[in-house]
Amino acid sequence: MTDRVAEMSVKVPPLPVTGGTATDLVTPGRKGRGPLLLSRRDMVILALMAGIPAFIHIFFVWVPTILSVLLSFTSWNGIGGLDRIKVVGLKNYSDLVSIYQPFWPAVQHNLIWLGVFLLIATPIGMLFAVLLDKDLRGTRFYQSALYLPVVLSLAIVGFIAQLFYAPEQGLINNLLGTTGQNGQQLIDWLGNKSLNLWAVLVFASWRHIGYIMILYLAGLKGVDPTLREAAKVDGANEVQTFFRVVFPVMAPINIVILVITLIESLRAFDLVFIINKGLNGLELLSVLVTNNIIGEASRVGFGSAIAVVLLTISVGPIVLYLTRSQKGIGE
Amino acid sequence: MSMSIPGPGRRLGALVAVALVVAACSSSATPAPSVAPATQAPAATQAPATQAPATEAPSASAPAQGGATTIGSAFSDAVPKAAFQAMMDYCTQQTGVKTTINTVEHGAFQDALNSYLQGTPDDIFTWFAGYRMKFFADQGLATNMNDVWAKVGDQFSDAYKTASTASDGNQYFLPMYNYPWVVIYRKSLFQDKGYAIPKTLDEFIALAKKMKADGLVPLAFGDKDGWPAMGTFDILNMRMNGYDFHVGLMAGKEKWTDPRVKAVFQKWAELLPYFQEGALGRTWQDAAQAMITKKAGMYFLGTFAGEQAPDPAIHDDLAFFPFPVFGNEWDAEMGIDAPIDGLMLSKTHANPAADTALLVCLASPEAELTFLKSNPNNVAANKNADTSGYTDFQKQMQTILAGSNRIAQFLDRDTRPDFAGPNGMQGFLQDFLGNPTQDLDAYLGKIQAFWDSLPPL
Repeated sequence: MTDRVAEMSVKVPPLPVTGGTATDLVTPGRKGRGPLLLSRRDMVILALMAGIPAFIHIFFVWVPTILSVLLSFTSWNGIGGLDRIKVVGLKNYSDLVSIYQPFWPAVQHNLIWLGVFLLIATPIGMLFAVLLDKDLRGTRFYQSALYLPVVLSLAIVGFIAQLFYAPEQGLINNLLGTTGQNGQQLIDWLGNKSLNLWAVLVFASWRHIGYIMILYLAGLKGVDPTLREAAKVDGANEVQTFFRVVFPVMAPINIVILVITLIESLRAFDLVFIINKGLNGLELLSVLVTNNIIGEASRVGFGSAIAVVLLTISVGPIVLYLTRSQKGIGE
Repeated sequence: MSMSIPGPGRRLGALVAVALVVAACSSSATPAPSVAPATQAPAATQAPATQAPATEAPSASAPAQGGATTIGSAFSDAVPKAAFQAMMDYCTQQTGVKTTINTVEHGAFQDALNSYLQGTPDDIFTWFAGYRMKFFADQGLATNMNDVWAKVGDQFSDAYKTASTASDGNQYFLPMYNYPWVVIYRKSLFQDKGYAIPKTLDEFIALAKKMKADGLVPLAFGDKDGWPAMGTFDILNMRMNGYDFHVGLMAGKEKWTDPRVKAVFQKWAELLPYFQEGALGRTWQDAAQAMITKKAGMYFLGTFAGEQAPDPAIHDDLAFFPFPVFGNEWDAEMGIDAPIDGLMLSKTHANPAADTALLVCLASPEAELTFLKSNPNNVAANKNADTSGYTDFQKQMQTILAGSNRIAQFLDRDTRPDFAGPNGMQGFLQDFLGNPTQDLDAYLGKIQAFWDSLPPL
């Protein structure tokens, strides 16, 4: 008995689940780790601390997720009970890729969104942070000005975007002289399919830059100044100091920034929904989920199928992140 | 040194990873919990209402009923909200039934109606006639009001009765008012420029050319919201193929791949040069402003476009005519979109006798006129309504409606909601407007394929 408990404890060092006296639980720690001593009270507390979050997590995250996956194989208009749900197999998925017109544009737009954030907005935000970290004159002013859009909800940003891009009354067309009146050419910023996504991305980036900037700035403030001094003494210039010393030191923050950029791109929704309900060139997967599930005649099964696609795409970065951070622990 | 950072950074990251999952599935998660509790048998709930004893409900003139009822209202804009309250107050006074109005913003009201009706809905709620009423009636989420119709049915024309009748032959809807889709213009502009009202398509095109030469946009147009273009499709289809074909197409009896539908889109593409450019980025409100400020000569929209001219002097200068005829066999029918708004009864209304009494009163010309007094962009549904108090605007609507022999609702009220919505026709029509020269056979094939992919109702 004692042997078995000891064996189990070795396998799962922090959480011995079987009962036994305190002495049973003394395990010969590996790699010089001290002996693990847990009283009954400790175990109850541990169980509660692990159990409650686990319950919340499973109940509010995994149960709905699994239900969504199950619903994605059914057809249901959201009315009535379980008996009204019809299993249709993979029909939702095959319709999605072949018949449902907004799907592929939405996938494409999500990828463009991600690309712009990753390659343009996030680096600009980081650059601003680095510049602001230099304590230029008026730093606080720039900081507030750049951070301001983050305080605004994306719905408000959507309204502002419309004031800029409206065809006749909009600021941009009036400045450019492209209102389409008095013989002028009209630039239809929000109505032209090949323009509107980029027009919206300008505003999305405007907000994202401020967000990244403030996060990165906080990280930069935490970098030990002696490191920079040492680099200076060794004769490194500004660029070298940043890329060879500061950037590697900030690895954990960099990963947070990367993950946030991914999330922001995948969950993009508010801005396009406010502008034109995510139609006509502004389709995004999140909007398609909403359009199918919420509304007068919902197609819950079909919308769930789109949600599953979105989930599958999201799982990629999560796995990447977890494997990388697990590796960090191992070392 | 670097050891101090990973802790919090990693935790934040983990939190973020959780948030990612939540974000990815939260929208899909919402409906999941409702799987379990919704155990009502929809079929059973349809029956009881017919048994509502008709004898209990007194006529509108005898204030004897009493009781109380709640009303879910989508009249969230200030003017109609006050008008709706005034209408209810009138009927409370007439019947003694106390009313409580719960107002919800109209967009949210429509989006939430499905779950609202399955939860604890108000006894009476505002809604639209036609297929949109039918959908909820067929799902067993509404109670029929045959008893009300038995009392007031002779005060409504057949068109209203048809629009209020669901698949089971019972009436589930009480019309309040409607409004036609017409070509709206400013009288003073037509006078100044010497324009005549076009009766036929040829005259219409000639006028549009003249307006273009005068530096005007012939037809204002905005379809950013996805639905206004539906009105244009409806009228072209009714003019070119007749009301019966249009309604058949909406109901899925005709195919979108039919050459007759293709002809409609071809004609539309021909007419598009006379429409205001950049419609997909413009709201109907902005398009109406173009007509009101005389930048555009005409605007094809519902008469609610008049709401954009709050100044009475300008509102009085607005006039309209029916969309011109095409010189074919359907000319005589003068089909028109004239959506009807009104009231429905939820499946679990607590006090049938009070509700019936109240609805009988709400059907009366007096109640309807109380509502319309402050919202003169509509006309009363009750045919006995005294029209002497109507503004010129309303009188014109009356004349046009009287001259229309076939009345459709509107594309998104004549067909199934999941087909009409942003996933379907809204997106398809925008696609056409963005690229009118595309291969129409392929385009219409996509629409038909989408219709076919929808689950049977």
